Amino acid sequence: MKKLATLAVGAVMAASPVLADLVIPSLSYRTGPYAAGGIPFADGYEDYFTLLNERDGGIGGVPVRVIECETGYNTEKGVECYESTKGEGALVYQPLSTGITYQLIPKTTADDIPMHTMGYGRTSAANGDVFSHTFNYPGNYWNGASGAINYLLAENGGDLSGKKIALVYHNSAYGKEPIRTLEELSSKHGYELSLLPVDHPGQEQKSQWLQIRRDRPDFVLMWGWGVMNQVAIQEAANIRFPMENFIGIWWSGAEHDVLPAGDKSNGYKALAFHNVGRDFPVFDDINKYVVDAGKAAGAGDQVGNVLYNRGLYAAMLAAEAIKTAQGIHGVADITPGMMRDGMEALSITEEKMASLGMPNFGPSFDVSCENHGGEGLVGVAQWDAGSKTWSLISDFAATDGEVIGALVEADSSAYAAENNIASNCS
Amino acid sequence: MFYREAGDFKTTYKDDNQTFPIKFDRYRYYAVMFAAFAVIPFLINDYWVNAIFLPFLIYAIAAIGLNILVGYCGQVSLGTGGFMAVGAYACYKLMTGFPEINLFFHIIISGGITAFVCVLFGLPSLRIKGFYLAVATLAAQFFLVWLFNRVPWFYNYSASGQINSPERSLFDITITGPNADAWAKYLFCLVFLTVLALIARNLTRGTIGRTWMAIRDMDIAAEIIGVNPLKAKISAFAVSGFFVGVSGALFFSVYLGAVEVGEVFGINKSFLVLFMIIIGGLGSIFGSFAGAAFLVLLPVLLKNVLVGGLGWPTDLAAHLEFLIIGALIVIFLIAEPHGLAQLWRVAKEKLRLWPFPH
Amino acid sequence: MSDTFIFGMEVFLNGLMAGVLYALVALGFVLIYKASGIFNYAQGVMALFAAMTLVGIMEGRVPFSHLINAIFGTHIHHFGWHLPAVFGILFTVAVMAGFAWCVQKFIFRHLVGQEPIILFMATIGLAYFLEGFGDLMWGSDIKKLDVGLPQGINLLIDETTFGWFGYGFFIDNLDLVATVIAALLVISLIIFAQYTKQGRAMRAVADDHQAALSVGISLNFIWVMVWTLAGFVALVAGIMWGTKSGVQFSLSLIALKALPVLMLGGFTSIPGAIVGGLIIGVGEKMFEFLVGPLVGGATENWFAYVLALLFLVFRPQGLFGEKIIERV
Repeated sequence: MKKLATLAVGAVMAASPVLADLVIPSLSYRTGPYAAGGIPFADGYEDYFTLLNERDGGIGGVPVRVIECETGYNTEKGVECYESTKGEGALVYQPLSTGITYQLIPKTTADDIPMHTMGYGRTSAANGDVFSHTFNYPGNYWNGASGAINYLLAENGGDLSGKKIALVYHNSAYGKEPIRTLEELSSKHGYELSLLPVDHPGQEQKSQWLQIRRDRPDFVLMWGWGVMNQVAIQEAANIRFPMENFIGIWWSGAEHDVLPAGDKSNGYKALAFHNVGRDFPVFDDINKYVVDAGKAAGAGDQVGNVLYNRGLYAAMLAAEAIKTAQGIHGVADITPGMMRDGMEALSITEEKMASLGMPNFGPSFDVSCENHGGEGLVGVAQWDAGSKTWSLISDFAATDGEVIGALVEADSSAYAAENNIASNCS
Repeated sequence: MFYREAGDFKTTYKDDNQTFPIKFDRYRYYAVMFAAFAVIPFLINDYWVNAIFLPFLIYAIAAIGLNILVGYCGQVSLGTGGFMAVGAYACYKLMTGFPEINLFFHIIISGGITAFVCVLFGLPSLRIKGFYLAVATLAAQFFLVWLFNRVPWFYNYSASGQINSPERSLFDITITGPNADAWAKYLFCLVFLTVLALIARNLTRGTIGRTWMAIRDMDIAAEIIGVNPLKAKISAFAVSGFFVGVSGALFFSVYLGAVEVGEVFGINKSFLVLFMIIIGGLGSIFGSFAGAAFLVLLPVLLKNVLVGGLGWPTDLAAHLEFLIIGALIVIFLIAEPHGLAQLWRVAKEKLRLWPFPH
Repeated sequence: MSDTFIFGMEVFLNGLMAGVLYALVALGFVLIYKASGIFNYAQGVMALFAAMTLVGIMEGRVPFSHLINAIFGTHIHHFGWHLPAVFGILFTVAVMAGFAWCVQKFIFRHLVGQEPIILFMATIGLAYFLEGFGDLMWGSDIKKLDVGLPQGINLLIDETTFGWFGYGFFIDNLDLVATVIAALLVISLIIFAQYTKQGRAMRAVADDHQAALSVGISLNFIWVMVWTLAGFVALVAGIMWGTKSGVQFSLSLIALKALPVLMLGGFTSIPGAIVGGLIIGVGEKMFEFLVGPLVGGATENWFAYVLALLFLVFRPQGLFGEKIIERV
């Protein structure tokens, strides 16, 4: 039996060429029901690495090779993509889908490849003691839920008691993420929470919005994705729900979510864990080295969009982790295992971001062995339909670490018990 | 040439009734089995298993199951995704509830539970026929997915609502979980597929299979000659449900390892498996294999050719993939309307007569 | 009057409106099924394709620009014109007619006389093809569709009902427009089918292919016409849904909303599609309103099918379907 295994391993080894480059797979979805969200992210992710190659000659002198693989947001295709790219020496995976993330958490751990799920995926992966190879800095859904409540608290003079908050959510594992946090917080702050699930795909939401119109909640939070976002914003406008009291998660806050509703979407808010707009020096370089040079990943029309910035931000965090790993191990051509160490020792500061031409692009945070989730700082962005721009209206603020920490602890220890996972840090 | 019956004499009824009456067919079958069991496990790596063989094997089981219902018994079902979900969730609950019992039995029991659920939703088939029956099974599809999403007991109250398959082994060889070897997973599914395909083949050509086909061809006539439609339809739903349940359990525990019900077992899955059997050939075990292979392998092949070989942008390649698969389905249909199985049958007939077609 | 009753009435009215939209999608299925016995799985994708084409033409997008740019390294995206909606719709209808002709010429002419399941399968292939083709042609981003239809709450109804009950009903203007358009569409279809030569020929074909052929009706022509009509209905449905959500992939999933309607109303009946749509629309909205909160909501998807199922158990051929007479 041993022999079989060795043979199989041998076949994998033979298939992976030894090249001096840093391989970054990009599991994108430029097709399928969520293509509109997948295209800008994939463009931003790839463009940043192209920029590093063109401007700096790679990272630490080693060029980056991005391998794009189309998942169409489909779990099975995601498996195919993972298996086909991991042999190439992939340094870090960004699966960009809840389903694929869950799928890959045990696999990447067994294959010793780190995975970065930025603002999605399994929230309790913030506990690095259990999830050794999964990182979800700088923020997760529970930070998002708490961030939204904190923002509303600040807006209402620190008191939400007696207020009614409705959560409109995609009826899936993703959409149900914030419920527990919001329930905990509701008993803490005394607001009344009502839950309104929307079934996939969410093209028809009349029932939910009629109910909102009847119940007149003070605020509506939304965990939506895909066509659900556009329809929800349209319906909210139709029932004349005040847009400034309507807050979406970061996956419900891109240009294409609000544009179909036109002017009526003015004032809609969305959470953010990175900055928006194109008012950063790095975009000059991107225009110069990437877009104008004809090397853009997409059509080049997505530059500066919210999700493009998110891809850019993810790529920046990956590049910084590579630099950290190179520093730790003293090797330029790092392995996935070294990359993991780099991600675990990652420290993002304001100076670092400024030197990269991205001042205040995201919160500053530190990753440690126990904490794979960063500090969980969350900001709020608002849509201006007149100028068709998003702008950040609140700084990246701390979220309720006490409540979230307990939830993370409970969920991750349940996972550890179910799968016999030993402590990673001690 | 060598593909012929001449000289292949049968002296007993038993000989005459065997699955592969032609000698060459039989040897080819043995060769395929030998290759599948004794050669492929030594050659494959993670990519081949996880991207190609596992989906193919598991979809083939589901396709055989659905083919029994649709192809042999004539009851259109669009609930395959939901029934696979029943298998997956049953398997999950059994795996976490009774960890001391072997996974092998869990999967069998999951099949049994699915068979029961499938019969339940199959009851309206006694009154509703044809395309209209699809509504009953669609109700099952949407209701089951909603149920698994809604009731926390099914996913053990986990915060994420996803189910993860814990590590399990058979004869001390790890089968599920990330540390399982590729060949072990492959062989595990292959054994299931082989046994189930043999069962299906023998069921469909025995008494019960003939009652199914009688119902399919004309239920009223069948009733008049003494076929009990209740028994025939319910048994078809039960057998089909068992197969689909096993495939769902394998899909979750061995292949994916983590499942979100709406995404993995949605309506698309139901359509996909139905497409497989229609393209492969209704009422044919071989057709189930051919259809599963067509819809699992072709996208991977096209992707590798277009992106890996020709270096096209991935999105263009994905669009072209759809376009080509669609065009191929239509072209195959025009060339041979009864699916790949019929194409194969015709080719075999031609080969038997070749080189003297007259 | 109790609050529940008033709210229930509002939900009921909105259910009727939603039902009209479902019926609109179902109508396309019925047309093709009636005339040629094909269950057209591609109807949803046709709605998406029609809406994409409409936006593409109105905004002057270059078809296949992504493909062209990838092959020749160019950077073309727009022709630089903006057409008014009327021209856009006319051009799109022309495109759908061309599409209908192609479908007939390249697919169904070769499959005449085949079993229904095989024709169904051909439409599966067609759906795959059209999905890839549409994305290749116009790109897979979300496109904003604005043909000038009003949207948002109807103030007149709001005020009137507020005067009556002390609670203003919410009715979306878009839904009202959709109802009017659907009514016009059905009336003109019925007039077309009853009083024009082509319409009568269409009905003759629906009744009996052989007989129609023998009195000199060109089956080919009728089928192209029916597919064009279905394409037009798909375009109308695409506009209605696309105005609300933007034109994007999910538009092709509206076919799933039409399936229970078809099952309920019968595959062969235009009034059936309308009545079925209304029943499903009202049924699912009322169930969500009354029972949804007790079981956790999001029941609409499956309840539509359960409702259709309950009806079918009592009437296996659907509400308006032709009585199934079986002989041995």
